[in-house]
Amino acid sequence: MTDKLIIGGKEITNRFFTGTGKHANNAIIPQLVNESGIEVITVALRRVDLTSPQENILNYIPKRCILLPNTSGARNAEEAVRIAKLARACGCGNWVKIEVISDNKYLLPDNYETAKATEMLVKEGFVVLPYVSPDLMVAKDLENAGAAAVMPLGAPIGTNRGLQTRELIRILIDEINLPIIVDAGIGRPSEAAEAMEMGAAAVLANTAVATARDPVTMAKAFSMAVEAGRKAYLAGLGPVKVEAEASSPLTGFLD
Amino acid sequence: MDFLALLSPKAAAYLEPMAQKAHRLTVQHFGHTILLYTPMYLSNYCTNRCVYCSFSADHRVVRKKLTLEQVEKEAQSIAATGLKHILILTGESPEYSPVSYIANCVQVLKEYFHSISIEIYPLSTEDYARLIGAGVDGLTIYQEVYDEETYRQLHPRGPKRNYRFRLDAPERGCQAKMRGVNIGALLGLEDWRKEAFFTGMHANYLQNKYLDTEISVSIPRIRPNAGGFTPRFDVTDRHLVQIILALRLFMPRVGITISTRERAELRNHLVKLGITKMSAGVSTEVGGHYNREESSGTGQFEISDQRGVDEIRAMLLEMGYQPVFKDWQSLDGEN
Repeated sequence: MTDKLIIGGKEITNRFFTGTGKHANNAIIPQLVNESGIEVITVALRRVDLTSPQENILNYIPKRCILLPNTSGARNAEEAVRIAKLARACGCGNWVKIEVISDNKYLLPDNYETAKATEMLVKEGFVVLPYVSPDLMVAKDLENAGAAAVMPLGAPIGTNRGLQTRELIRILIDEINLPIIVDAGIGRPSEAAEAMEMGAAAVLANTAVATARDPVTMAKAFSMAVEAGRKAYLAGLGPVKVEAEASSPLTGFLD
Repeated sequence: MDFLALLSPKAAAYLEPMAQKAHRLTVQHFGHTILLYTPMYLSNYCTNRCVYCSFSADHRVVRKKLTLEQVEKEAQSIAATGLKHILILTGESPEYSPVSYIANCVQVLKEYFHSISIEIYPLSTEDYARLIGAGVDGLTIYQEVYDEETYRQLHPRGPKRNYRFRLDAPERGCQAKMRGVNIGALLGLEDWRKEAFFTGMHANYLQNKYLDTEISVSIPRIRPNAGGFTPRFDVTDRHLVQIILALRLFMPRVGITISTRERAELRNHLVKLGITKMSAGVSTEVGGHYNREESSGTGQFEISDQRGVDEIRAMLLEMGYQPVFKDWQSLDGEN
């Protein structure tokens, strides 16, 4: 059985996505991506410097990867749309992860502006992956607007606090007919595995990889955990019980 | 957390554990990255008489103002180093450096840089908005000294005497929708513990109230200058480090900027203690980049770290830090 994630018509096997931010040296990125077989990588357009071959982050991303430019730095829908168009114009493809953040303290996404930007960019022909706080009504709006996936946060960006929003994400997985990609806050491979066991379609983690002592090995650990979690989900987890279950103590006499 | 306790003499005995935590928090929030920028002096005409500044109207330094052609030459020299973030500075002079002149300079600089910040005299919200419209996205303005009595003594004449108008300038910048606002106190003018405390309180107020503006703090120590002003209060390296660490622990997300006022070796050490932005390839002279050969004698203060952009870049990579040249995409030209 092949188990592929399909987004925007592209087949994705490795369901662990990562980003290019916070690394000590861009030169580590190709090694990290290749050794883990990572296929989807997000990059902030604000950091893309086309005029400098040495500093241009795009030169460090293997050509086989699916580039997911993000609109980091956008404070409203309009800025997100402009950044997305600039990304497409400079050869980053037509995928976009919408990040609209007007809160520099907790970096929580602005769901309302994100939904507006999603609507506009879908009409412009983008494959849109909006980053949101997990909220069912907003996720439904995004689905109706034509988003390609929904990316709810597990915890605020960069906090490594894990799946704090577990229940809300579970609801999105149950109710939204789009891939749910858990993005932000995931600090450990075990947390990524848990999200996958719940039925998430993929997990994106950047800080946990980039700030690890050995980012290359950490990326591998995440890839393996995501794969394990996916397999467990497909295999169907057994029911969880508090106590060992005897045979029917109340109705056994009927047998 | 008690910011005052972190700044107290007692906390000085705990610099190492404070540094360990500050380092962890900085890496978590900013990664192993340092943003590079350089200042560009447009004009040193000034009607103020700040007793600690070479540009004071009382000093007979050479006065100069760049023409738009010279601004372009200066921009080309700086852009050749790969920098994409620039901080433009002027003295306060309605005659030589009015808002219209600065806006014209920004029009030229937009072609070369993705982020343009201003470090000029305080403006009204409308004038900040006007410069944002021209292409400015960041504001740096130091209160210099938060103590009102000392402020009065050190700013005997000129428009800068208005303490309150300057104090509220960062907030007006936030209201005008600057992307970044950077504040600070000039260390050495007053008791650094009090000044660092007020700076932190000011930054925290702005960060909590204006969530969509990135708030940063600078910790400039006073440097030799044309007036020969002697700092009234000693701020040692140890003190400077305590301020940086206390700020980082108090405000994990705040940007912390270190200029070339500090010497190279100290700057290298500070990278791991919470710094997020550094200047590189600096000249404090008007037109000091395209005209490197000879000093025009127009400098604001003497810098300590003379290293060029390539040297700073190499130092950061060597220390395991990514030098970031571009951290914002100018949105001009796309509708």
